[in-house]
Amino acid sequence: MTALLTIIVLVFILIAIWQMVKIFDLAQAKGGSDTSGVATDKDNTMNGYLMMGFLGFIYAITIVSLVKWGDLPLMSNSASEHGPTVDNLMVISMVIIFFVQTVTQFLLHYFAFKYKGEKGKKALFFADNNKLEAIWTIIPVIVLAGLIIYGLNTWINIMGVDESDDPLVVELYAQQFNWKARYAGADNTLGKANVRLIDIDRANILGLDEADPNAQDDIITTELHLPVGKPVLFKMRSQDVLHSAYMPHFRAQMNCVPGMITQFGFTPTVTTADMRLTPEMQEKVTRINKIRVENSKPLVAKGEEPLERYEFDYLLLCNKICGKSHYNMQMKIVVETQEEYDAWIKEQKEFKNSLIN
Amino acid sequence: MSAHADTHGHDDDHGHHHKETFVTKYIFSQDHKMIAKQYLVTGTIMGVIGVLMSMMFRMQIAWPEEPNVLFEALLGKWAPDGVMDADIYLALVTIHGTIMVFFVLTAGLSGTFSNLLIPLQIGARDMASGFLNMVSYWLFFLSSVIMIISLFVEAGPAAAGWTIYPPLSALPMAQGGSGMGMTLWLVSMAIFIASSLLGSLNYVVTVINLRTKGMSMTRLPLTIWAFFVTAIIGIISFPVLLSAALLLIMDRSFGTSFFLSDIFIQGEVLHYQGGSPVLFEHLFWFLGHPEVYIVILPAMGLVSEIMASNSRKPIFGYRAMIASILAIAFLSTIVWGHHMFISGMNPFLGSVFTFTTLLIAIPSAVKAFNWITTLWKGNLQMNPAMLFSIGFVSTFITGGLTGIILGDSALDINVHDTYFVVAHFHLVMGISALYGMFAGIYHWFPKMFGRMLNKNLGYIHFWLTAVCAYGVFFPMHFIGMAGLPRRYYTNSNFPLFDDLANVNVIITIFALIGGVVQIVYLYNFFISIFYGKKAVQNPWRSTTLEWTTPVEHIHGNWPGEIPHVHRWAYDYSKPGHDVDFVPQTVPLKDGEEELQH
Repeated sequence: MTALLTIIVLVFILIAIWQMVKIFDLAQAKGGSDTSGVATDKDNTMNGYLMMGFLGFIYAITIVSLVKWGDLPLMSNSASEHGPTVDNLMVISMVIIFFVQTVTQFLLHYFAFKYKGEKGKKALFFADNNKLEAIWTIIPVIVLAGLIIYGLNTWINIMGVDESDDPLVVELYAQQFNWKARYAGADNTLGKANVRLIDIDRANILGLDEADPNAQDDIITTELHLPVGKPVLFKMRSQDVLHSAYMPHFRAQMNCVPGMITQFGFTPTVTTADMRLTPEMQEKVTRINKIRVENSKPLVAKGEEPLERYEFDYLLLCNKICGKSHYNMQMKIVVETQEEYDAWIKEQKEFKNSLIN
Repeated sequence: MSAHADTHGHDDDHGHHHKETFVTKYIFSQDHKMIAKQYLVTGTIMGVIGVLMSMMFRMQIAWPEEPNVLFEALLGKWAPDGVMDADIYLALVTIHGTIMVFFVLTAGLSGTFSNLLIPLQIGARDMASGFLNMVSYWLFFLSSVIMIISLFVEAGPAAAGWTIYPPLSALPMAQGGSGMGMTLWLVSMAIFIASSLLGSLNYVVTVINLRTKGMSMTRLPLTIWAFFVTAIIGIISFPVLLSAALLLIMDRSFGTSFFLSDIFIQGEVLHYQGGSPVLFEHLFWFLGHPEVYIVILPAMGLVSEIMASNSRKPIFGYRAMIASILAIAFLSTIVWGHHMFISGMNPFLGSVFTFTTLLIAIPSAVKAFNWITTLWKGNLQMNPAMLFSIGFVSTFITGGLTGIILGDSALDINVHDTYFVVAHFHLVMGISALYGMFAGIYHWFPKMFGRMLNKNLGYIHFWLTAVCAYGVFFPMHFIGMAGLPRRYYTNSNFPLFDDLANVNVIITIFALIGGVVQIVYLYNFFISIFYGKKAVQNPWRSTTLEWTTPVEHIHGNWPGEIPHVHRWAYDYSKPGHDVDFVPQTVPLKDGEEELQH
C-alpha cells in the first residue's frame, strides 16, 4: 500500500514539474527573450539566488541531522579501553570536517551567487597565483600530517597485542549464519582446530583436534561473556565464507577469513548492567521502546504478538556480506564482573564432556 | 549519407572516404563521434536499470518485508506475494553497484567523452585506430548484454556484492547467485575489461601522436589531460582485475585453490587448501581503488573545462591542475589497502596505506580550491552544465571530506562497511561523477546532436536532483555513525536500530523522487535529439577546437585543413581583446604574450 501511495505521489510530482516547465516556456515566449538554450541574464539571476538557497539547504540538513540523529553512539559511550582514544580522534576529525565543509561550501555557493553573469560585464583574467596555491597546499599538508600522526599512533596502540598482559584468549567462530565463541579453558590455550576435523555426528562442530590436550578443556558457547577490565584477545576463524566480527560498542572489528586466523584485542571497561544505567542509554532505550509500542499496535490489531520490549545488550554483528541471512547473524555479548563471569563459565560444558560417543 | 562528403571540400589526408551504408554509419561505425553517441545511449540504458534497482532496494529498506506491487511486477518469482526475497535484495545491491561503477560511470562517462572530445579537442581526424575503437564499443555492448542476461538466470544473478569476494562468490552452495549468475558476471566483466583496455590504449596513442600543429601538452584542455591520465591508470590496473577474475573462474570451474582454503559448507569439507581470500581482495582493490579515480578524473576534466568556459575566466592554476591530476593518478595506485584495514592483513601494512591515503587529500584540496577560485570575479553563465559543475564541486567536497575518516585506519575499524561508507563513496564518486557526466552532456549535446537541450528542463533536473542527492546521502552518514551495517536486507532483527527506521524512510523518499526526476532528463535528452532547437556552431562561446568544426557531423571532423593552435585553451576575458574569449586557433597578436602558465 505504501508503495502504491508513493507511486501516486511521484506521479503528481511529475505532473507538477510538467506544469512548471510549461509556465517557464510560456513566460519566455511572451517576453520574447532568447530561447536558444543558452542562459540569459534572467537565468543567471534566478540560479544565482537558488545557489544561495541551496547553501541554506545544505546548512539546514546538516543542522537537522546533527540535532535529530546526532547522538552518534559511535562517538560516545564506548565500552572498551581504547574506545575513548578512537572517539577523541573521531571528534577532532569531525570538527575539522565540519569547519572545512562550512567554509568551502559557503565560498562556492556565495561566489556562484555574487558573480552571476550579466551582459556586458567582463570577468577578471586571473590565471595563476603561486602564493595562493602554496597556501592551500601547505595548510592541508600540516593538518593532514597531524591527523596521520595521531591516527597511526592510535592504530598501533589498538592493533599491537601485548601478550604480557596475559589476555583471556577467546575464539570467535563464524559460519553461515551464526557465531560461536570458544574459550580456552583453564590452560588459556586454544586447542588445535581445522574444519577438516568437524564431525557433526560426534558434536565436534568447530573441528577441534580431539587428540590435542589443549583442546580438552575448551568451552564452546553461543553467547559471548567477558569479564570487565580484563584484556581479551580474540582469535577469529570462519568455516565457509568471509564474515566480519563487528562489535561497535567496543570500537572493534575484524574479518573472519576461511583458511587463516585473524585477531583483535581489547579490554572491556563497562559491564552490561552499568551501561544500561547510563542516562544516554536509558534515553535511547526509552525512545526505542516507544517506537516498538507504536509498531506493535497494527500487529495486535491483526491478532499477532506485540513486539518484545527492548533491553540494551552489547552485540556482535556480522558486517561482511555472507549470504542470504547476513542481516540476522548476531551474537549477544555480556560484560560482567569477574565473579559473575567465573560462575557462568563454570556452568558451561568442556569440550571433552560435550562430545557424543 | 555521404552528401556532405561531396559538398564539403576535403583535404587529401583523409581521402579514404567511401560510401556509408546505414550499417557502417549507425551500427558498425568507426567514426569516433558516432561511437561516443553509442557509448552514451548504452550507458544511459544501463543507468536507467541501475537506478531502478536502487529504488527497489531502497523501498525494501524503508518498508521491510511489506508487499509492494512494483516488486511483484518487476521481480516475479523473487517477490512472492510482492514481498522481496532476501537473496534478490543482495543481487539488486550487487548488480546496481556493478552497473553504476563500470557500465555507467566508466564506459558511459569515459567512453562517451574520451571518444567525443579527444580527437575534436586535440585537432585530429579521428582516433588512432577507428577499428579498435569500434571493437571496443561492441565488446562493451556485448558485456552489457551478458550482464543483463545474467539477471534472468534460474538461481538468480550474482549477489556477493559488487566486490565479489570469494569464497561467497566462488561457491554456489554458499549463495544461489554464485552459480550461473556469477559465471555470467565474470564473463561479462572479462569482456568489459578487454573493451576498456582497447579503448584506453587508443586514447593514449591518440593523445600522444595525433595532436595538431601547435597543440603542445601544456596547451591541452584539462579534459584531455584527465582522459589521458585516466586511460593510463586503466591500462595499469584493469589487467589485474582480469587476472583476479580468471583465477576466480579457475577456482570455481577447475578446482584450483587460489582464493579458497579450509572450507566446510553444508555438511561437507571441500578439497580447497592453501588459497587466501585476502589475495583476491588485494587483486580486486588494486583495480578497485584506481577505478574510483578512473570514474572521477574524467568528470574533473569535464568540470574544469565547463567551469572555465561558463565563468568566462581561465581555469585557475592550470599547471597545478595538471600536477594534481598526475599526483592523484600516482597515489591512486598505492592506496588500495585502505579497503582492507580489517581484512586480516598485517597492521603495519595498514599504517602505510593510511599514510598514502590521507596524502590524496592534498591534491584533491588543491583542485577544490582552484575550482572555487575560478568562480571568483567571474561572469558566471548559469547554463545547466555550469550548475552541474558547481554541484560537482559541492558534492565532491562533502563526500571527499569524510574520506579523511575512512582513510584513517583507527577510525575505519568502526565505520567500515557501515552506511557511513555508502554515504561517502556515493557523494564523492557516484553523485559527483554523475554530475560531471550530466554537465558534459548538457555542454556537448549541441556538438553531439547538432541541437540544444531545453535549458528549463535542465534547471528543473539539476535543482531537484541536487536536493535529492543531499537528502539521500547526507543523513546516511548519521545512520552509519550509529553503527548500521550496509547490505542488510532488513534491520528489524536489531531493535538497537529501531530509532533509525524513520531516517531510512526519509532517505528512501528522497531516493524515489530523485530517481523519478531523471525522467525529466531522459525526456529532454531523447526528444531534443530529434526536436531540439538547432544549435549554432559555438553556442557557449568556448575557445577549444571542437567548436570550430561544423555543426553537421562529417567524417574527419574539419572540412578543410585541420586548424593550427596558437595559444592555450583558457583565454577567456583576456585583456586586450574585444570579445571575452579567444579561440585557440587565433594567432597571438603582435606583442601579445602567451601566458607563462
